[in-house]
Amino acid sequence: MTQHMDSSSGPVTGRQDAAAEPAPGEAADRAVAGILDAVVRPAPGAPRGVVVDSPPGAGKSTLVVRAARELVGAGERLMIVAQTNSQVDDLVDRLATKASGMSIGRLHASDSKPAPEALRHANVTAKDKVADLLEQDVVISTAAKWQWVRTEQPWRQAIVDEAYQMRSDALLAVARLFERALFVGDPGQLDPFTVVGTDQWAGLSYDPSSSAVVTLLAHNPAIRPHRLPVSWRLPASAAPLVSAAFYPYTPFRAGTGPDDRTLRPGLRGDGSAVDAAIDEAAATGWALLELPARHTVRTDAQAVAAVAATVRRLLDRELTAHSEQGSAPLTPGRVAVGTAHRDQAAAVRAELARLGVPVDPAAGECVTVDTANRLQGREYDVTVVLHPLSGRPDATAFHLETGRLCVLASRHRHACIVVARAGIPELLDDHPATEPVQLGVAVKFPDGWEANHAVLSHLAEHRVRL
Amino acid sequence: MSLLSTLARLEAVRAQRAQPLATVRHRHLSDRPMVLVPLAAAGEAGAPLAVLLGTDRREPRLHFVPQPLNRTQRSEFLAAVAREVVPYLESFGDEVELLEGSEKDPVSGEKVPVVRELCADAPQLIVPNAGGVAHLALLGRSTRFRRTVEDPDPGEYPSPTEVPLLGRWLTHLTDRAQVPGSSMLLAMTGLLARHWATGQSNLEDQHLAARLAWHLPPAGLEPPALGAEAAEWVESARDGEGLLLHPPAGPATDPKFDERVLAPAILRHDAAVAVRERAGAARDDAEVRRAAALVERAHAELARVLLSATLPAWHDVWNGVDLLRALPPAGHLPDRWEGDRWSFTMHRERVAAGEPPQPRRDDAVTAARKLAQREREQAKLEIQEALDDPLAMAERRLAGEAFAGEVVDVVPEWSEGRSPKPRPLLVVRTGDRPHADPGREVHRAHAEPAQRAEIVSSAPGEVVVRLLSGMGRRRDPEPGSVPEPGSTVVFTLFELAPRQSAPLPEPADTPWTHGGPPVAVEDAPAGADEWE
Amino acid sequence: MNVSHLGQATPPLRRLSELRGPAPQRSLDARALAALAANPGCRRRALLDAAGVDKVALAQRLGRPAPFGQSPFAIRRGLLFESRLKRDGYAVLLEPLRRRLGVPAEEVSSLAVPDLLPAASPAVRAERTAAALAEAAADPSAWTLLDHPLLRLDVAGSPAYLEPDALVVHAGRCTVVEIKSFPVLDGSADPANVGAAARQAAVYVLALQEAAARRAGLPLSEDPYAVQELPGAPELTVLLVCPKDFSAQPVAVPVDVRRELAVTRRQLSRMTRIEQLLAALPEGVTFDLARDGSGAPTRPAGELAEAVAAVPAAYAPECISTCELGFHCRSQARCAGAVEQLGRGVRGELGSLRTVEEALAAAEPGAAAGPEPEPAGGSGPDEASGRLAYAARLRAEALGGVR
Repeated sequence: MTQHMDSSSGPVTGRQDAAAEPAPGEAADRAVAGILDAVVRPAPGAPRGVVVDSPPGAGKSTLVVRAARELVGAGERLMIVAQTNSQVDDLVDRLATKASGMSIGRLHASDSKPAPEALRHANVTAKDKVADLLEQDVVISTAAKWQWVRTEQPWRQAIVDEAYQMRSDALLAVARLFERALFVGDPGQLDPFTVVGTDQWAGLSYDPSSSAVVTLLAHNPAIRPHRLPVSWRLPASAAPLVSAAFYPYTPFRAGTGPDDRTLRPGLRGDGSAVDAAIDEAAATGWALLELPARHTVRTDAQAVAAVAATVRRLLDRELTAHSEQGSAPLTPGRVAVGTAHRDQAAAVRAELARLGVPVDPAAGECVTVDTANRLQGREYDVTVVLHPLSGRPDATAFHLETGRLCVLASRHRHACIVVARAGIPELLDDHPATEPVQLGVAVKFPDGWEANHAVLSHLAEHRVRL
Repeated sequence: MSLLSTLARLEAVRAQRAQPLATVRHRHLSDRPMVLVPLAAAGEAGAPLAVLLGTDRREPRLHFVPQPLNRTQRSEFLAAVAREVVPYLESFGDEVELLEGSEKDPVSGEKVPVVRELCADAPQLIVPNAGGVAHLALLGRSTRFRRTVEDPDPGEYPSPTEVPLLGRWLTHLTDRAQVPGSSMLLAMTGLLARHWATGQSNLEDQHLAARLAWHLPPAGLEPPALGAEAAEWVESARDGEGLLLHPPAGPATDPKFDERVLAPAILRHDAAVAVRERAGAARDDAEVRRAAALVERAHAELARVLLSATLPAWHDVWNGVDLLRALPPAGHLPDRWEGDRWSFTMHRERVAAGEPPQPRRDDAVTAARKLAQREREQAKLEIQEALDDPLAMAERRLAGEAFAGEVVDVVPEWSEGRSPKPRPLLVVRTGDRPHADPGREVHRAHAEPAQRAEIVSSAPGEVVVRLLSGMGRRRDPEPGSVPEPGSTVVFTLFELAPRQSAPLPEPADTPWTHGGPPVAVEDAPAGADEWE
Repeated sequence: MNVSHLGQATPPLRRLSELRGPAPQRSLDARALAALAANPGCRRRALLDAAGVDKVALAQRLGRPAPFGQSPFAIRRGLLFESRLKRDGYAVLLEPLRRRLGVPAEEVSSLAVPDLLPAASPAVRAERTAAALAEAAADPSAWTLLDHPLLRLDVAGSPAYLEPDALVVHAGRCTVVEIKSFPVLDGSADPANVGAAARQAAVYVLALQEAAARRAGLPLSEDPYAVQELPGAPELTVLLVCPKDFSAQPVAVPVDVRRELAVTRRQLSRMTRIEQLLAALPEGVTFDLARDGSGAPTRPAGELAEAVAAVPAAYAPECISTCELGFHCRSQARCAGAVEQLGRGVRGELGSLRTVEEALAAAEPGAAAGPEPEPAGGSGPDEASGRLAYAARLRAEALGGVR
């Protein structure tokens, strides 16, 4: 996670005077209006970039769609940069649905085909050469593909989506394509990374391996990041915890109240621990399904089985999710499983398939099983999370990474069930805290230890022992 | 660390002897490497104390700074080292290959033929450990901006001209050493770690002698032993004076050695020099002669103790070279070594063209280019090692990124359309469990030309793939392009050709997001930058 | 923060003193406190430190002395650097502080450097420091430098005296100054060294926060990142003073220690678990070296080793470079065939397999036949065994031609 924290601005307590607080909708509208003003109607001499920090589910995608519509409405040609092909396809689908009058170009690599959801719209054109898309109101592609684009006429306006996941060197390669840009992203998610040594650039404002936003802000101090203050995804049971644990200096709140979202099982529990955990999660938004302490390898068969059994029962018990958007049955497409490692995801998928739970997207609606990295930006009604530290004899920087836990704990609209072995608090206590410190690199908050501890102590109140 | 290398370490614990982590040698080894064992003076960044160097294991050559705080002596030391190292490096520029290529003319934009030089070979420096590489980098940083007598403004303490040249070479070599798979500057501990596992941890393996103790009984240990006991002996056995029997491989010296041996020897040398100077000032010829003999003796004593501090590491490095030479070279070594040759050739050209020394810190574009190069080379290295070495491929198989097995059935099928192309199904029996969902693209290892396939189904024990390319242009596959039943195949889920890096702007076109074009900064040393 | 304020003769303290024997107590300094962070899970180290046992002498007697030491050259250079800093009237400290605090240059005309009674006893020195700090904080316009002040921090009931290199007091607040001899080269420094310095400085910041809270009669904030708004309270950014590039010219760089402060707070709060460790200790265990009249230890090494073994260690190879007993614990780990001897990370791959022999047995052909077992609701002994057997099969196949 890449949270910029102004040390001169002093402490932010996160406690606001409830009486003076505007309604969530009003606060969010005000923030969005300010952002759109800055993007579409910049004051003379305003910085060339607008940065928007968006906590999980704060309406980032909606903002991108609105900004795109207003910019195109004002006669601009627009380019949009996202980080992965699935993000691009999602965005194309959403934009094409919300703005049927807009012509949208989907620029893709010659060896990868866009997803069918992106191509089903009449106003979408997909090409692998930008020259074939120059007439489109909006052209969307990944940063990796944009880097290869050569064009004589740069765009006046760009939107960079998931900008905190973008690496500084990718921005360096694409910035020549636009004059002004709106950068939108979630600073609490996983930072970009590299497998090779980059120590020699640590502390440089343009460290190529750092996040694009960090570089942008360092070189453009006049840019003051905007903030979306309300999470529309996270329920009232989750927003305060996620805000306090992962965004200590930039708090946000839930857009819905405690009674706006309910999750009701259609069938009674069978008395098992798994069903008790589901009931706990349905009632409170959280559950910790705890296995006995044991040191295991990553693909802990019992934990994997517990995850799969939980998903199976979630689908069997005919849950109904009721929210401000109406009531809907909890179907496989609304459930996700999050893990830290790919082999864990593969093990869960295999076990789910064995239990007859659909996991193959090619075969229709299915449960999503993926790593934190790939779940970034996604939203589900219920998530089942295999805790990154479950069963581990040691914690590593990877497993403690704040962004990883943040992603896993903030994908749900209704409830999150965490599966873990007992013993994580002891593991955290024994973890050596000898992190190196690079001069000139802003300290990241919160520390993975503190964040993990905050989440665990909350989960402890929702514990069901297996 | 992967499970396979953990397993090798476990085996090494049981055998009390190093176990292979590779079946071939994955780094280029020069026929004529130069070994350097550098020592640093404690307490000061990158301050040189001594170096034992040479290309002949029987003729190590010692250079040292008698008084590490003396600026002039340091400068003389660096000049002496430069006079050994720079000619060695430059000697590889003598023989060049001429390569014809084409280049875009910057004015007309047309492609014009050019002939480029590529040095036929490149130098190779080997130091004991990663600390040695870091020390050379500091030496490079501290010397490449030195002003010399040839500068318009030579400053108060001009260096011999070789010194900044040495600095530029050391900077280039240490920077290149960051590129995965490069071999122009290598640390012996890293080389050994790539090829063998010991029964101790990574951290302990940084001690060259302790790591070698898992291969060869350390000199001086009676009775001879291998493994943990021998490693602990070289780490910690001390004589009656409290001195380590096997001194560390540097660049840091043992504090006890500094206290008991080095500091008194330096003191005696200083005293002798002082006597000589006083005698010189008093014009007392007899006393000058006597003092000169004292200085000489003190100097010889320093040489003796510093040689004793470096010679064990010198032998350790050469013993490591012997171990590595016994491994057959990996197939892709010439390809990667050519990258080093280009790197060497290009730096040599920059020096010859009179370009300024490398800046203190990279600008945004240079940093991004270097990162892109390292990532590209890392990807290439992983692919090439997997193709060159079944043990490296085993790592990928264990990780679910590849699978190997026997073709048990081939079902000829064709694509639809007017000119059908062969799309045969291969049924592969395998004990591997690739993370392979149907539809996933895979690549056949060692296929010539390259061959793609896609996963049709994957079940424990059996994977079915459909070949998609590499079978010629006709309706029927080229003979030999489809594996026969009974043959062994390896498919990888990763691509076998690394992707190109995306283009980056010229530094002069650095965009506003990254602060715009870099402002030229004066990199010449300020007075304060000098050692004091 | 859970530091208890127990009196002198409580049972744990008496027991700790028995463990130490008649030897003088090694008091915890900031470096030792910061070192706790290196292996907080080690009960052995926690207990020995709490009892104030001389670990250097202990390791020596156990036959595997700690290899730590400092070169006389490094010591001399460090002293030289610090004296140079003083000679220049600390200008190098004031400049960056002035900029950070936005104070015009002309306002920093004089720097008060009060006498902190360096020759007095620790308790007196700590008193004197507290008074000087309060006095300096009372005048917001003054610039005061406290040279080698002495701070007191209660750790698990016993006082630890901490000596920062300096404190600069201005505008009612103070900034910790840490002087180090590693260089800042082209704006960057060795991250491991900076990290260690930051942890050490965080201990001072905590001591200052506790002192400020005590003076104001307030508890310490729950939030470890909170800035304390009290007179004399410390800034959460410290100044690290190092030689610049290759020169002896000092340069001061700010280091944010909030993260390290949070770490220190939780490590120290764990120190109070000493009572549990004591409770688990067999009757009569002591680490007394039984020195004779000449100071030579007479306690048999074997007996001492047994006493040490009564407290469980959490050995990892990192201990070799951070703990005096590292070599001793390594030899024990090797004797026991513990997999930790190969590194912390190894255990993550081996699950519940704890010894080399167990792991190798699991890897034997036939130990777990066939391909990797399906993770089917399994209550199998260990998935690690299956993976090891698979790895062993791949390894044997690949090495077929070699061995």
